[in-house]
Amino acid sequence: MIEFNQISRSFMVGDQQVSALRNVDLNIAAGDYVSIMGPSGSGKSTLLNLIGLLDRPSSGIYRLDGGNVTDLNDEQQAHVRSQKIGFVFQSFHLVPRLTAAMNIELPLILAGMPVAERQSRVEQLLENYGLKDRADHRPDQLSGGQRQRVAIARATSMHPSVLLADEPTGNLDQTTGKEVINLLEQLTEQNVTLILVTHDPVLGGRAKRQLHMVDGQIIRETERSS
Amino acid sequence: MKFLDVMQFASGSLRGSRARTLLMILAMSIGVAAVVVLTGLGEGARRYVINQFSSLGTNLIIIFPGRTETAGFGPGMLLGQIPRELSLDDAQSLLRSRAIGRIAPLTIGSSQISRDAINREVVVLGSTSELLTVRHMSLKKGQFLPAGNIHSSESVCVLGSKILLELFGKQNAIGAWVRLGDRRFRVIGILSDQGESMGFNTDEIVIIPVTSAHMLFNTSGLFRILVEAKSRDAIMQAKKEAESILVTRHNGERDVTVVTQDAVLATFDRILRALTLAVGGIGAISLAVAGILIMNVMLIAVSQRIHEIGLLKALGAPASQIRNLFFAEATLLSVIGSIVGLILGQAGVLVIGKIYPSLPVTAPWWAILAAFGTALGTGILFSVWPARRAAALDPVTALSRS
Repeated sequence: MIEFNQISRSFMVGDQQVSALRNVDLNIAAGDYVSIMGPSGSGKSTLLNLIGLLDRPSSGIYRLDGGNVTDLNDEQQAHVRSQKIGFVFQSFHLVPRLTAAMNIELPLILAGMPVAERQSRVEQLLENYGLKDRADHRPDQLSGGQRQRVAIARATSMHPSVLLADEPTGNLDQTTGKEVINLLEQLTEQNVTLILVTHDPVLGGRAKRQLHMVDGQIIRETERSS
Repeated sequence: MKFLDVMQFASGSLRGSRARTLLMILAMSIGVAAVVVLTGLGEGARRYVINQFSSLGTNLIIIFPGRTETAGFGPGMLLGQIPRELSLDDAQSLLRSRAIGRIAPLTIGSSQISRDAINREVVVLGSTSELLTVRHMSLKKGQFLPAGNIHSSESVCVLGSKILLELFGKQNAIGAWVRLGDRRFRVIGILSDQGESMGFNTDEIVIIPVTSAHMLFNTSGLFRILVEAKSRDAIMQAKKEAESILVTRHNGERDVTVVTQDAVLATFDRILRALTLAVGGIGAISLAVAGILIMNVMLIAVSQRIHEIGLLKALGAPASQIRNLFFAEATLLSVIGSIVGLILGQAGVLVIGKIYPSLPVTAPWWAILAAFGTALGTGILFSVWPARRAAALDPVTALSRS
């Protein structure tokens, strides 16, 4: 499903070229549960951004669902993001002036979905994530766990096949963090590919496949010992 | 993304930062209101002048003795030479032109008018029966000067309404006698109230036959000859012929000045229209300033909402959609600002109209359209840069910026 072929990404910092990713080859099948671990600066976020089409590789080829998405233009990449990819961020990234329900509705609005369908979907998601009585609250009236639940509901509202989570528990306490991880893991049972970036080995150890990165390269892959 | 959703999203983000939105609407509306009020004033002045002129008469040509030189310095000025007078026969000879319909010779002087013990100083006009139609006057009561021989000096007079009030009060004046200088005149008519036009108040004059006026003031010349051309198209012809007739009668000397009312009017019209445009332009500058304010505030908004923009991109919004969202915001602002400005402007025009009732202040439709158009235009134009900047943001940096 996700196929990286010799992907590299380098940035110019001042007049120096810094490689964030070096010739990465990677294959992730549909429904996989993958964690990416490594020290900061190892390139795990860059890898995630490349998978999510938020960034473009300096070289190499990226295939998603068999199609080459490397050379798509901005508009086409946006469409792929809209239809196939969901993001969950460490700092939630909810729009502060919109209610929980409207935040969840946002991707549907951007995709131009009809109002009736939008509403029934938002209703369903609020129900699924236990946010029914919080629907009309704005983000600043929600707890951290509730905010991340809204963010996950938003990320899954377009039924994406890939869910990318960048330190989703980083701003949460232990208990709510566990709740959030449980929600994400439930999604893998519905054949959603979950890719989780974390530096927490306990959290990363729960994934079926664990990629360890150092210096822009995947140096080791381990399987869950179950 | 549907149009309605775009507008809803844009209005939502405008509501999200109320102070900023109100400020921009205020700036926009002040600009629009300025254009509306200023052009309203200019247009009012133009109409005022045109009204004043057309109350003088239509297809009017005015002839006066002497030649107004536009250049040069003649010997006559040193010698104190008086130009040749215009005589009554000069006036009558003008009727030989086929382009001329009516003429009204005019002599002017001031005299003491008295009835019993009441007396005052008054402006006396000497003219003929034609004056009533040529000068667009109307009578309240009685009749105007009798038609007939221009050289007969009947002792009749027509009073302005204010003179009537002062001399007779509520009493009936028709048929009564008044004394002008050393002569007695019978009142045969009263002018209706017309008020002031071109600095000349017809309510405070007395009109007598032109020959009687000549006798009263012991003169023979005319102050003006008012000529009415047969039609609008005949004005130029009438002017030319009047000139040639008078030049011939004055032994080939060009010593009269012939002015058409149209020419004067057209000049005023041009000047005042230019003035309106100029003040409208000054108003438009404030619109441009409002546009720049919008641009600045939008640029700030882009950097304040950098996370939101990054998020929208991550959620699948292409650059074009983000640009449209910012455009929609600017357009909404401009439209609301323009509407508020139009209301403010019209209110201002109304207030000025109340303060100066004689000035017909109305903002011309083209100025309203132009103000609206400029407001929309500047609003959208000045949002191009911020919108492009928002659309061009790199989502990774936008999302990670703290």
